[in-house]
Amino acid sequence: MPSPADALPILDVDGLSVRLGKMDQNIVDNVSFTLAPGQTLCVVGESGCGKSLTALALMGLLQSPPLSISGGTARLGGEDLLSMQPADFREIRGGRMAMIFQEPMTSLNPGLRIGEQIAESVRRHKGVSRAAARNRALEMLRRVRIPAPEKRLDEYPHQLSGGMRQRAMIAMALANDPELLIADEPTTALDVTIQAQILDLMRVLQSETGAAMIMITHDLGVVAEMADKVAVMYGGHIVEAGSVERIFTDPQHPYTIGLMSSMPSLGRRQDRLVTVPGVVPQPGAMPKGCRFATRCPFRTEACETVPVLRPCGEGHEVACIHAPLENLAARDLRETGT
Amino acid sequence: MTAILAARDLRKDFVTARPIFGTPTVVRAVDGVSLDIGQGETFAIVGESGCGKSTLARLLLRLIEPTSGEVWYDGEDLAHIDKNRMRALRRDLQFIFQDPFSSLNPQMTVGALIEEPLRVHGTGPARVRRERVAELLTRVGLRPAHADRYPHEFSGGQRQRIGIARALATGPTVLIGDEPVSALDVSIQAQVVNLLEDLKDEFGLTLVVIAHDLAVIRHMADRVAVMYLGEIVECAPADALYSSPRHPYSETLLAAIPVASHGARRAHTPVEGDPPNPISPPSGCRFHPRCLYATELCRSARPELRTLPGGRQVACHHAETLTLEGLTNAEAARSPAATERFALYARAMAGSATAPTDKNNDP
Repeated sequence: MPSPADALPILDVDGLSVRLGKMDQNIVDNVSFTLAPGQTLCVVGESGCGKSLTALALMGLLQSPPLSISGGTARLGGEDLLSMQPADFREIRGGRMAMIFQEPMTSLNPGLRIGEQIAESVRRHKGVSRAAARNRALEMLRRVRIPAPEKRLDEYPHQLSGGMRQRAMIAMALANDPELLIADEPTTALDVTIQAQILDLMRVLQSETGAAMIMITHDLGVVAEMADKVAVMYGGHIVEAGSVERIFTDPQHPYTIGLMSSMPSLGRRQDRLVTVPGVVPQPGAMPKGCRFATRCPFRTEACETVPVLRPCGEGHEVACIHAPLENLAARDLRETGT
Repeated sequence: MTAILAARDLRKDFVTARPIFGTPTVVRAVDGVSLDIGQGETFAIVGESGCGKSTLARLLLRLIEPTSGEVWYDGEDLAHIDKNRMRALRRDLQFIFQDPFSSLNPQMTVGALIEEPLRVHGTGPARVRRERVAELLTRVGLRPAHADRYPHEFSGGQRQRIGIARALATGPTVLIGDEPVSALDVSIQAQVVNLLEDLKDEFGLTLVVIAHDLAVIRHMADRVAVMYLGEIVECAPADALYSSPRHPYSETLLAAIPVASHGARRAHTPVEGDPPNPISPPSGCRFHPRCLYATELCRSARPELRTLPGGRQVACHHAETLTLEGLTNAEAARSPAATERFALYARAMAGSATAPTDKNNDP
């Protein structure tokens, strides 16, 4: 996805692949993208598309075994994350890069006060005094707009509401000024008005800190609100990638089109939703060529070879041999002579 | 409109703590709800966590006992009839749960699960019941052979189809779904939404859908009731509610939806704060601490749900004078070529609607 903003990427992922056990197909396969400071990349797709595994691989948090990295590099400011030793990774994780999860209780320690948790991370990475770390924790709670932060500092996670917990986790993630923030479905468990608050907060904090962000989501609405760039994943492949404008105004891949068609419109009432037929094949049982072929209404024999991402407009790539689809339709019409 | 199901001043209190001394802590989960659901309509109840929408759904089918109030179905008050009569009426009134797996006994085959309500209601003999099971499985997009398998062998979407087949077994007139599609992926969700709409048309069902996803509701519902802290704050036809909400909370909800269209990012200020604790709801209008338009009156007097000229119901003191913003410009902006592509996709899908589905429906 070349664009001027990519001149000096903070993160350069090239050919990232993840394998499950001894399965001969990668479950994340040849994923590449770059990310510039201050940019937000949204990775969108449905269950099992590999979006969360991509995030976990970048954070060095793959459960190994059975998961392992089977190829590729991911350079964060020049250092390859994928070949890094666990000890070195611990220095970076929570420092130069941080992660926000869907369920804050999975990353907050239920037995530690909020203030202690944030301060612990600050002391670990910045080596400052106890008092300074506590001050930093207080400052962070203020920045994520938690009401009465002095009081919250000494509370336990279970005493906070879902939205406040998510704010506390964001405070912890940002406490060490990370260059890269990875957010895996950060608002999926929240009510819609709280989601709007958290998304708003994340935008403000990102513009203040200039951190790059990878946001994993299944919600195209969240993508439209947050993304600069979008990668659509299906079956472990990026099937389409581009600027948020290109993806929404000129989507190319049949899966992207199917996904968007499946969403009910908020603007008017349709007769019937257009769907994507069938279900995602099991990992390891993906078709050999294009992994979307079993569900694609446009598949032909040519789809049995793996399609590569190729440019289809300014800052826009698609992995479909038939794109743009309107040409396929024109060719069909010529062939059938109608 | 003939109401098929109606609630009158329905209440449900849950006691959350009962100290030895002093008064017990009570949550008014549903606090005086009245509504009429018309024969053959799709009626939606929306609201955020803790607003009481799931409790209300369960009260409507008497899956839980109300603290007070009435539920009228076909001339009978469900809240006050005896257990045997209620059991007989369950043939007409069926429920679909959010997570079909937790509502399906994992040790029973799919066939036995779907047959169970038929057996309970004395539909027989066994051969007839089995034929009915095969017919139901086919109707919801599965295959008769799936009757011999177990729930864990199926994907989320397929399990929801099984849940629907089970609910349909007794030939109900009213189907209530508590978040029936919200656990499903978008593409699977669309398949199940279409199925529910087809079944509704085919069997003349009345559908009550509880949901938090306002886009799904927009698509499915004829009328929508918006709930906040145990009360209905607005009840209106879906089109009217989305284009011109009359309650500030409805406006807030609509403004919070992230719209999947480029350039739709609005400069809205999201509502501040969390929903209040239902154990000690605010005085007066329950929404007033988060409301942009609250006045002194709202802090002291609790607004009743009242009918405005034109038939919409709103519980807001200032409904007549407020000008609230609905969803405008939620239509996706696409290039002409992309518009053509979407039409092409829709046509291709209409042409090959079943072929790829069957191939992949094997668990």
